Amino acid sequence: MHTLTSTDGPATGGAAADAATLRVTARTVVADGVVALELASPSGLRLPDWTPGAHIDLVLPDGTTRQYSLCGDRWDPHAYRIGVLREEAGRGGSAYVHDVLRVGDLVGVGGPRNRFALVPADRYLFVAGGIGITPLLPMVRQADLLGADWRLLYGGRRRASMAFVDELSRYGDRVEVVPRDEAGHPDLHRFLDTPAPGTAVYACGPAPLLDAVQAACSSWPPHALRTERFVAAEPAAPVRRAPFDVELARSGVVLTVPPHRTVLEALDDVGVEVLSSCRQGVCGTCEVTVLAGEPDHRDALLDDDERRAGGCMFVCVSRARSDRLVLDL
Amino acid sequence: MITAHTAPPVDPTDPFGHDVLEDPLPLHAALRDAGPLVHLTEYDVYALARYREVHAALVDWQAFQSGAGVGLSNFRHEEPWRPASLLLENDPPRHDAPRRVLRAVLGPGALRRLRDAWFADARELVDRVLADGDEFDAVARLAEAFPLRVFPDAVGIPREGREQLLPLGDHNFNAFGPPNDLVRKGEPRLPELSAWVASRCRRDTLSGDGIGARIWAAADRGDITAEQAPLVVRSLLLAGVDTTVHGLSATLYALATHPDQWRRLREQPHLARAAFDEAVRWESPVQTFFRTTTTDVRVGDHVVPDGRKVLLFLGAANRDPRRWEDPDSFDLSRDPSGHVGFGMGIHQCVGQHIARLEAEALLTALAGRVRSIELAAPTVRHHNNTLRAWGSIPVRVRLG
Repeated sequence: MHTLTSTDGPATGGAAADAATLRVTARTVVADGVVALELASPSGLRLPDWTPGAHIDLVLPDGTTRQYSLCGDRWDPHAYRIGVLREEAGRGGSAYVHDVLRVGDLVGVGGPRNRFALVPADRYLFVAGGIGITPLLPMVRQADLLGADWRLLYGGRRRASMAFVDELSRYGDRVEVVPRDEAGHPDLHRFLDTPAPGTAVYACGPAPLLDAVQAACSSWPPHALRTERFVAAEPAAPVRRAPFDVELARSGVVLTVPPHRTVLEALDDVGVEVLSSCRQGVCGTCEVTVLAGEPDHRDALLDDDERRAGGCMFVCVSRARSDRLVLDL
Repeated sequence: MITAHTAPPVDPTDPFGHDVLEDPLPLHAALRDAGPLVHLTEYDVYALARYREVHAALVDWQAFQSGAGVGLSNFRHEEPWRPASLLLENDPPRHDAPRRVLRAVLGPGALRRLRDAWFADARELVDRVLADGDEFDAVARLAEAFPLRVFPDAVGIPREGREQLLPLGDHNFNAFGPPNDLVRKGEPRLPELSAWVASRCRRDTLSGDGIGARIWAAADRGDITAEQAPLVVRSLLLAGVDTTVHGLSATLYALATHPDQWRRLREQPHLARAAFDEAVRWESPVQTFFRTTTTDVRVGDHVVPDGRKVLLFLGAANRDPRRWEDPDSFDLSRDPSGHVGFGMGIHQCVGQHIARLEAEALLTALAGRVRSIELAAPTVRHHNNTLRAWGSIPVRVRLG
């Protein structure tokens, strides 16, 4: 029996801060060097909706921010699942997740956002390399649900290092698992041999694999291939954990936003009302023009170019990277 | 385990009857007071009218699906009168791609491109209306004229014939209700109007630089299919005109009947956006939408069985005293944030920022020239099964 529960969203204060701070509710080793984390709202609220291919920003207690694809069940509104590979050559984010983060800990979360969305197609060819399986996992489930014709080619170093192989086993021979130590490199040319109308190719994994996929798809129509490259988040620019100042350009008023208040709430505290609606960074009602300073975008609306361009922010969830933001208010 | 559940309170009123459409507020109050869930015996459907439950059901797309239709008709058993909307009458995952494309083409970039032209268009329209005299019908001259001028331009459909959008939209929103006299009234012209709008959604009749063309460009990139593109354009045209017309009408009526709030807007023109949202809360141009349960859903002490239609009273939620202080007052100092007049969740109005921009442009132009605005004659409601609509709002203005 399903129970209609209050979402508590915009009706009362405090919900936005809760939505951006999630608790680790489960931690499972799913392959050698890969842990899956489940995240939930500490107060049991619904989490913002997402679509396959989406990622979240994980803001670790030490202030580092990393992006991880959501690989759980989008029909479950109360839990996010991510898979984290320990990257020995990484900058410490994945090591922190593996060595320090425990069930019960709180983490900051931005998004979800999706720049790798599943488009409608009659047929899908999925290519995953290693931890690149994570965004493809919900896509596979969705393609199957839609009754599309689909295949997954999943390569990795060793079978034991390949996450979610068990979950994929129920799809039978639609999934081809290719551990390198058993079978060498996956045969991309055979898999991507024949460009077919109405087919979309999705690939995620390390750069050499994606380069090879791109080469194998050179005779495919434009836009047939969609890839997500693992790129390190822009260096430095730590997300602030300290308070920051917001200057209202029209009145010259300066207010301080403490870590536990949203910019929207801080504005409201001093009587500056900004229209808002979802308070989760998904609807766009609370857009404010940024005249100076660097926003820490935590919304699900702006794409990467728009983020870099600056110029606006959604004050219900987004914060500041710089000491001060000047807003057109 | 079998658990006994009490039956919810019942209400025999026809929510689509003419007396309710003329003044829905007494029914809304009765439904809210009866409890969190009410059984509407006239159509054997369930009703949610309190803010908390309406909001919760709107965001719960898993249990309250839209794909069985957001009108009374249940698409599990009945064929829709037109191909179902890929946006409104669709659930994840099929809902994802059309929604994503529409959100992108109606996003911040589109608004920036439109802003200056729409402010100039609004000033020109207001100048022309005021030049004709100090008494006019705010519905026909402003609330209908402005969206019909700027929105189809932005989408990229030709000037000729665009007034057809109003009767077509009116029928579209009537058809979410029962097959009553309002639906029958629209049916004779339906084949002609449907054919007309379908022809306007084709790539070759859309201008090359509008929102419609950008939807087709998304189809070229494979973000949606070529079959989906005209239906997405149709959604824009059917959902984006009448709603804005009646949202603007509601705002103008509210300001004409609240002179203190008009003065306030004149003193602080930046309140134009807030005025529109407060009017959307206060009048809820879209009054109701149905959802269909995908499982047995417990609401309070009662259970809605799987597969049943649930009528969400957005208008009642937006005046629920459990959520809003003094909900019946139209007050620009109120923060209307969180109202469900645009819906909430994955189906929340994707064009709401466009509607706000239209309102901001028109109200700013009007406030710049008009010192006072008041009713000049009795107003006339327009009855529609889904929309809280106006037929006529005669006003008298003084310039200055």
